[in-house]
Amino acid sequence: MDAILFYVFAAVAVASAIVVIAQRNPMYSAFALIVTLCSLSVIFGLLGSPFIAVLQVIVYAGAIMVLFLFVLMLLNVRREEDAPGRGGRTLRGIALALVTLLVLQAGAVLLRPSPGPAAQFDASTRAMATVLFSPHFLYAFEATSILILAALVGAVALAKKEL
Amino acid sequence: MSPSPAVQELVLAVVKIALVIGALLGLFSLMTWIERRTLAFMQLRLGPNRTGPFGILQPVADGIKLFFKEEVMPAAANKWAFLAAPVLAVGTALLAVAVLPYGPPFTLPAWGLLPEWLRGRTMQIQIAAIDVGVLFIFAITALGVYSVVIAGWAANNKYGMLGALRSSAQMFSYELALGLSWVGVIMLAGSFQITDIVNAQAGWFWRWNAFLQLPAFVVYCIAATAEVARIPFDLPEGETELVAGFHVEYSSMRFALIQMAEYINMITVAVIATNLFLGGWHSGIPGLPSEGLLGFVWWGGKVAVVLFVFIWLRGTLPRFRYDQLMNVGWKVLIPVAAVWILITAAGVALLPGLFPVASR
Repeated sequence: MDAILFYVFAAVAVASAIVVIAQRNPMYSAFALIVTLCSLSVIFGLLGSPFIAVLQVIVYAGAIMVLFLFVLMLLNVRREEDAPGRGGRTLRGIALALVTLLVLQAGAVLLRPSPGPAAQFDASTRAMATVLFSPHFLYAFEATSILILAALVGAVALAKKEL
Repeated sequence: MSPSPAVQELVLAVVKIALVIGALLGLFSLMTWIERRTLAFMQLRLGPNRTGPFGILQPVADGIKLFFKEEVMPAAANKWAFLAAPVLAVGTALLAVAVLPYGPPFTLPAWGLLPEWLRGRTMQIQIAAIDVGVLFIFAITALGVYSVVIAGWAANNKYGMLGALRSSAQMFSYELALGLSWVGVIMLAGSFQITDIVNAQAGWFWRWNAFLQLPAFVVYCIAATAEVARIPFDLPEGETELVAGFHVEYSSMRFALIQMAEYINMITVAVIATNLFLGGWHSGIPGLPSEGLLGFVWWGGKVAVVLFVFIWLRGTLPRFRYDQLMNVGWKVLIPVAAVWILITAAGVALLPGLFPVASR
């Protein structure tokens, strides 16, 4: 059952991710990206971490993508015109992606990393909070939040002409 | 021979889904009638009283009318997005109800009619008791914005567009206050599970979060009203200025679907208020039992009161101005909720005797 759901949502995620880059209408790209994020969230849920799954939807699909759509709607972005010589660049892009994939796969095969401790991994909310607030990660965690706060203040200062 | 546990769970889940969705659809149509009648009485009118006894069949008549109306799609509309938006609205509305418990856990009687594996089984009307119930609702609320945005944008109508912009800004702003108002409740219960949160409020009624977490409750009530875009926060629709806002171009059954999603969201918000703040199915007085059927009575009564307050507000309050709306959201509700979180955290940490966390 879990396997079927995983393959269904993995297929949806990949398909909608392709739509994101292949679609010329930015609005559709944004919609497709939302679908990608939601199916990724389902995959997180299937992996046994409902907390990450829900965060994925709240932060990315719920907050960031709304802002994207907002801007797209306000700017009234039209369908992008095809630039000349697009076909050649698409081909080169696909070739580059394939080469990257090949290199990564080769690396994985050659280095043969030990399989991760996925089976015993406790991804519950409590376990995550304990790890996040342990001395190991606490300073990085707090530093990140200060960084975000600084970005916030900077954005307000840039956007507002007179405070 | 009884079916395997997996099949049992599946059958139970399907029955629960059918039960909850059926009840919600019934309550939705009933709510439209109750709302119109109550509003009419508040304004010294009679309201719909012609169809059936007291006009109670009015929703049926409305449904038939909407069903047979012509469906109009603007020529310049974005076809797929226009068709998808109402479906998305109902979809997100019905997703959020999946994690809510409806009434107390109860034990099925040993009737001969029931299959053997069901007799004497303890269960609860809750489709999915997931670990992060409260957060799940929050995530689905966040997704609910899209149906409004897409509906307003796809119709290619200026009023619709303005309604959608207003609405996304409003929902976005009040979502934060809504989420923050839950944090204190979660801290007191020590769990994201809604059933745990309800059970943490057992005992005397001053153990209800509406009293222990009074500021959070007030913030929740205001933010929730704004989140479901009810008067006095109905700027996304703004009948007098935007004709109907984001759903101006919708007609027939698609209009009915959008309407349905709004009412289901309102019922969801009332159920959340009951479970998180008003003690759920607990009677509030230790002597009074709150198990079994009586629990459903308490629970249903509380939900009904909250729903009535929504209608009452609509009958008495004027609409906010847009800048007032933004000021209240960002400069009052969010700071109040944030400071209250600090106070609750201090209380939980410093006075563990006064606030025994349920599951530590």
